[in-house]
Amino acid sequence: MKINFFKIITFIFVIFFLSIFWLGLNKDNNYSTKSLTGSRISNFQIPSIHNDNLISEGYLKQNEFTLINFFASWCAPCRVEHKYLIKLARKNKNIKIIGINFKDKKSNALNFLNKLGDPYDFVAKDPDGKSSVIFGVYGIPESILINKDLIIIKKIIGPIDQKQFDEILKLTQ
Amino acid sequence: MMFRKIIIIYFFLFSSLQSNEASVELIEIYKNLRCLICQGQSIADSNSDFASTIKLVVQDQVKEGKTQKEIYDFLVSKYGEWIVYQPALSKSNFLLWFLPYLVLVLGGLIIFFITRKSKHNKD
Repeated sequence: MKINFFKIITFIFVIFFLSIFWLGLNKDNNYSTKSLTGSRISNFQIPSIHNDNLISEGYLKQNEFTLINFFASWCAPCRVEHKYLIKLARKNKNIKIIGINFKDKKSNALNFLNKLGDPYDFVAKDPDGKSSVIFGVYGIPESILINKDLIIIKKIIGPIDQKQFDEILKLTQ
Repeated sequence: MMFRKIIIIYFFLFSSLQSNEASVELIEIYKNLRCLICQGQSIADSNSDFASTIKLVVQDQVKEGKTQKEIYDFLVSKYGEWIVYQPALSKSNFLLWFLPYLVLVLGGLIIFFITRKSKHNKD
């Protein structure tokens, strides 16, 4: 029996393109920076919201674990996750929580913390959002858990919920 | 007096030319960066909050004298390869680079065999 070369090539092409479409359709198209877990954060200096003090790598190296949380008073999901940050600050002494106030007015941010409680060991300000780029932030709320070598252990995109709260506790104990 | 006027005109002309060059470079960089929270838009096309922040960061880095490659490398280290429209060749994307050439060669082969077959049939 003579094999038709043209038919074989066409068949291979069809199978190949169908496999690519199948893989493409099954791939999660939502962008996430979770893949950057394991990378190290460096070269930053962010001023405090209260005074001229700066937070930098040196401060974070003193802590066993640090959770860097990006928040703003205008961000509704930040209000939802805030109770978990308060609980975390009370429950776990291994972890320091740094708040970075993102594109917000100082008075609004301070009102937010007065009203909902202040779980942060240091509150920094990032009025134009440029400092948040150093941490790969592209929307808020976002939280980054790092160890004292400044390696990212976990990235939480969106508000912290009960499941993520439990996971943070587990990772930091 | 005339000399002063010439100096002033020259200064304004020169500074506007310089700023045009800088903005052309900025737009070129913005066009090569993907807006991560938009649907199919570059940083140049988007007015989103994320795009405006990235524009500010790029402007600062251009002012600091950083090259385009240094700016792209910085943003890739923060957001991953997805932020640039032209990712570097790697294991995961080699098909993206070589598939067009592969299709070209295979297409050429198919045309070659079809024409050869029809020639044989005529003979």
